[in-house]
Amino acid sequence: MSELVPKWGKLLLPALLLCALPFYLDAFWLRIGLFSIAAAIGAVGLGLLSGTAGQLSLGHAFFLAVGAYGYTWLAGDPGPALPPALAAVLAVLLAGAAGGLFSPVAGRVRGIYLGIATLALVFLGHHLLLTADSVTGGFNGRSVPPLTLGGFGFTADDPELTVLGVPFGAEERLWYLGLALFALTWFTARGLLRGRPGRALSAVRDSETAAAVMGVNVARYRSAAFVVSSMYAGLAGVLLALSFRRVVPDYFGLALSVDYLAMIVIGGLGSVAGATAGAFFVTALPLLMTRYADQLPLVAAPGTGGEGALGPTEAARYLYGAVIVVILLYAPDGLHGLSRRVRARLRPARSPDRPPSAPWPASAETSPATPARAKEHTP
Amino acid sequence: MTTLLDTLLNGLALGAVYALVALGFVVIFKASGVLNFAHGSLLLLGGYLVAVLHDDLGFAGALAVAVLTTAAVAGALDRLLLQRGDPDPKAAHVQTIVTIGVDIILVTDLSRRIGGDLLTLGDPWGDAVTGLGPVTVADSRLAAIVVSTVVIAGVFALFRFTPWGLSLRAAAEDVEAAALMGVRLSRVRMLAWCLAGALAALAAVFLAAFPAPGLERTTGQIALKAFPAAILGGMASPPGALAGSLLIGLTEALVAGYQSELHVLGEGFGDVAPYAVMVVVLLVRPTGLFGAKGAVRV
Repeated sequence: MSELVPKWGKLLLPALLLCALPFYLDAFWLRIGLFSIAAAIGAVGLGLLSGTAGQLSLGHAFFLAVGAYGYTWLAGDPGPALPPALAAVLAVLLAGAAGGLFSPVAGRVRGIYLGIATLALVFLGHHLLLTADSVTGGFNGRSVPPLTLGGFGFTADDPELTVLGVPFGAEERLWYLGLALFALTWFTARGLLRGRPGRALSAVRDSETAAAVMGVNVARYRSAAFVVSSMYAGLAGVLLALSFRRVVPDYFGLALSVDYLAMIVIGGLGSVAGATAGAFFVTALPLLMTRYADQLPLVAAPGTGGEGALGPTEAARYLYGAVIVVILLYAPDGLHGLSRRVRARLRPARSPDRPPSAPWPASAETSPATPARAKEHTP
Repeated sequence: MTTLLDTLLNGLALGAVYALVALGFVVIFKASGVLNFAHGSLLLLGGYLVAVLHDDLGFAGALAVAVLTTAAVAGALDRLLLQRGDPDPKAAHVQTIVTIGVDIILVTDLSRRIGGDLLTLGDPWGDAVTGLGPVTVADSRLAAIVVSTVVIAGVFALFRFTPWGLSLRAAAEDVEAAALMGVRLSRVRMLAWCLAGALAALAAVFLAAFPAPGLERTTGQIALKAFPAAILGGMASPPGALAGSLLIGLTEALVAGYQSELHVLGEGFGDVAPYAVMVVVLLVRPTGLFGAKGAVRV
């Protein structure tokens, strides 16, 4: 209990720092930050599902799309043109409902099979986004109506706003919205993980039979994890739509799902802080690298250099791929584990925390092979 | 009727090629528990090597070099990167993400080299067709069916009759028990990756051959179609991967062939139909058509 006060103090400083950023950074940096915050909200959701509950999902992009398109359609025209704040809430609920609809599959299918089944969601969803033009705008997508909250618009000039000499445009306003939503995500997810549901989900991950024996309703928790994770994805989708100001189907493809998977593993499975760090890493790094790659040696500026010259975009991709490989080779428990080890080394007096258990039953899935078959050939 | 026969043959050929890719996924998964996201880029690498080498070495020589090189790259990927990390098989999820990083590097490099071009592979079938009763089939399709069948039969023989196949099956069954029995897991794994790389390179040839326009930088993405194929059959079962691939190939060809009757489902539904079929199958049989239900011990 005595740790409670310093913990709050530890959170206060970064929070103040994040709130001060719009006064010092221009729109480019704020936009990168916004995308990262949105990604962090989605990654926390996926971390809950894949890290804590051990259900591998490659379908996160689909639920992001449900949130983004749900908001765009509900608040826009064509569509019911609801008040944007209401539309945002409904879009999150819609994403949760989509997760609930998938729960017959999620409840029955395990491990790698679930991963590929959710992959189907991404492809079918993408097809739906392209085909249902009247709702989604087809291939070219739709522009996203801006959010307004009680007369205050999250746009450049509705109303004009200048704080401490800094004009507040759309990025600055959305930044604070993003921070508020992220704080909501952070506290709800940590509450879930540290409370009864989190323990129940970890128990289900480690052994369904043992969890059932302990009185955990396995099927209910499995589908509940899916619904909650989809709602976080929906919230991230709404925030992404607001920051992009336009939603297009091609963004919500398999690559996005894989990115989210990379986020939670790079961050370290099973922790909210890890998912957040991974989200910033995966989202911001390629953007920053693309922006600054032309200052690296051997890289030609765009437009110069002949066929086959190494452009900044490609250099950024190489670096990004290499960084993923290197980090996971030297820190298989992700950024979260890395920071824990660094802290343990800096403070030798305290014993290091226990090593993290490895969730996500990839190895358990190698066992469903027929138990009897290998015996035919015993030497 | 002719359309139906035509479509079925097409589907069979497509399924046979998917089977080569799906088998690679399954072998890697059985041996290491890793879902290989770099499979598409290995496939692209194989195709690219054939495309650049066939002028100098002839098609057969280029194919041989491509298959061996891709196998070596896949094996090296496993040995040098994946096996370096945490040896605990529970760490397979981390290795899965490492393959994403490798895929990003390989795809970036190959796309940069290929650019917007369509590369021809110089395969001996060209655009020749053969009449089979009422239908005409591209020779390359027939070759795909024949070669895939022979190669897949060979792979099954490897599993069934060689010491390596036995070791692989033992390792897939129970890693610890296999290690205690003297199975050298690292070598078994590496050979599995090599085999999968070779199969991917071979599949690239048929994916780029007529009637496909040639090898593009997006050819590797076709490997994704093999995911549902592998899952449909049950990830742990190679014969299942074969059956699943044929089912996926036939579904895709049938939906594309009868597009006009199915226009309610939207244009291009053929591309996503395999996924729809997969979800339905998984609802009925959660571990695929051939996957056995795992026994749970507490």
